[in-house]
Amino acid sequence: MTNYKIEIQNLVKFFGRRLIFQGIDFSFTSGNVYGISGPNGSGKSTIVKIIAGLISPTRGQVIHIYNEKKLNADQLHEQLGFVSPYLVLYDEFTAEENLEFSAKIRGLSFNPENSNQLLQDFGLEKRKNDLVRAYSSGMKQRLKFAFALLHQPKFLILDEPTSNLDNDGKERVYKMIEREKKDKLIIVASNEEADLALCSSVLNLNDFKNKK
Amino acid sequence: MKSFSLFKKDWQSELRTRYAVNALAMFILVTISVIMFSIAGEKISEYLTGGLFWVVIFFSAMSGLSRAFVSEEERGTTLVLQLIASPSTIFSGKLIFNLILVFIMNIAITILFSMLFESFIIKSASVFLLALIFGNIGIAIASTIIAAIISKASSKGTLYPVLSFPILLPLILTLLELTKFSMDGKSINQSIIELSVLICYDVIMGTASYLLFDFIWKD
Repeated sequence: MTNYKIEIQNLVKFFGRRLIFQGIDFSFTSGNVYGISGPNGSGKSTIVKIIAGLISPTRGQVIHIYNEKKLNADQLHEQLGFVSPYLVLYDEFTAEENLEFSAKIRGLSFNPENSNQLLQDFGLEKRKNDLVRAYSSGMKQRLKFAFALLHQPKFLILDEPTSNLDNDGKERVYKMIEREKKDKLIIVASNEEADLALCSSVLNLNDFKNKK
Repeated sequence: MKSFSLFKKDWQSELRTRYAVNALAMFILVTISVIMFSIAGEKISEYLTGGLFWVVIFFSAMSGLSRAFVSEEERGTTLVLQLIASPSTIFSGKLIFNLILVFIMNIAITILFSMLFESFIIKSASVFLLALIFGNIGIAIASTIIAAIISKASSKGTLYPVLSFPILLPLILTLLELTKFSMDGKSINQSIIELSVLICYDVIMGTASYLLFDFIWKD
């Protein structure tokens, strides 16, 4: 089993003078699904971006440990899969081209069988040669899961994973989470009860707004 | 290899969307036409033609080269790049793309100037060629890092030439001097100081850009 661990130490984030959250200490370990909840504007997307190393915290730190070794920023993006509504894939390319480019830019060889399997898992195999421009918002959301899983990451961040998805799409996502949680660390940021029901523990950001 | 894959992605994207190529081609045609109309068939001096040559190159670069980062930011695809590649890979990939674009643009401008302006006479082709090669590299590096800086700003269109002017000024002045030398028929040995300045500019800009890009890219 993969040994992936994330330690959050005294995390504080301000946007300008506005406090988003403060004093967050938490630790995540692989083999579990963790939830991050809170009302709109509570900083769910902000904290997952900080954990993913996409933005910096105002204070505090996030430490990624894989097989007892600390990961630096360059190693982190090799281990991270990220899905969110604000992730936009290249709409001038087809689904398959998007996956091929992402694999090659990561320095991996593109495996069409693996790509086809992922597209099939999310019900996109028949439309894989269509430009993403022609996709509906739900189909784009499905494609983001294939994009996040293609390089077989050890750590998944799913920010509002079921947004724009129909019931079939949601079922496919829940199945994927059940399958992948065995050897991965998964963090789900959401307000949907059904999403949070999959999590073994939930971090509520409301508790960190005015913490002393 | 990763940078080359990113360049290939950008190139294929450019072929489909024509974000930069159309802007560059139109700008080159419009500025050269305006110059042709304004001189109205009169013969202008060689040095003035050399100056106009670099003016066209500077403003054409301003109109097209920012697209490398601005198009990612405008389409919202920056996050994809942040997730799949390290900052050094992204900078190298975008730099290769801009280098190719600058070389194509400057070769086209050189051909057009040679055909349309009688006074654009290069007597020392070797000096001109070296100036063009190192000048292109300098323009591409400076344009790439400035494009990364302005891509996060709200008034990208105005900011790009304003920020570029002081950074590209030493380069353009050296290139003007070298173009004058090449029109006078001076040898490489006689132009060695200016050529050295050009190479130093490229090395300094390249190093500073690689060091700065991490900070620009992250937040």
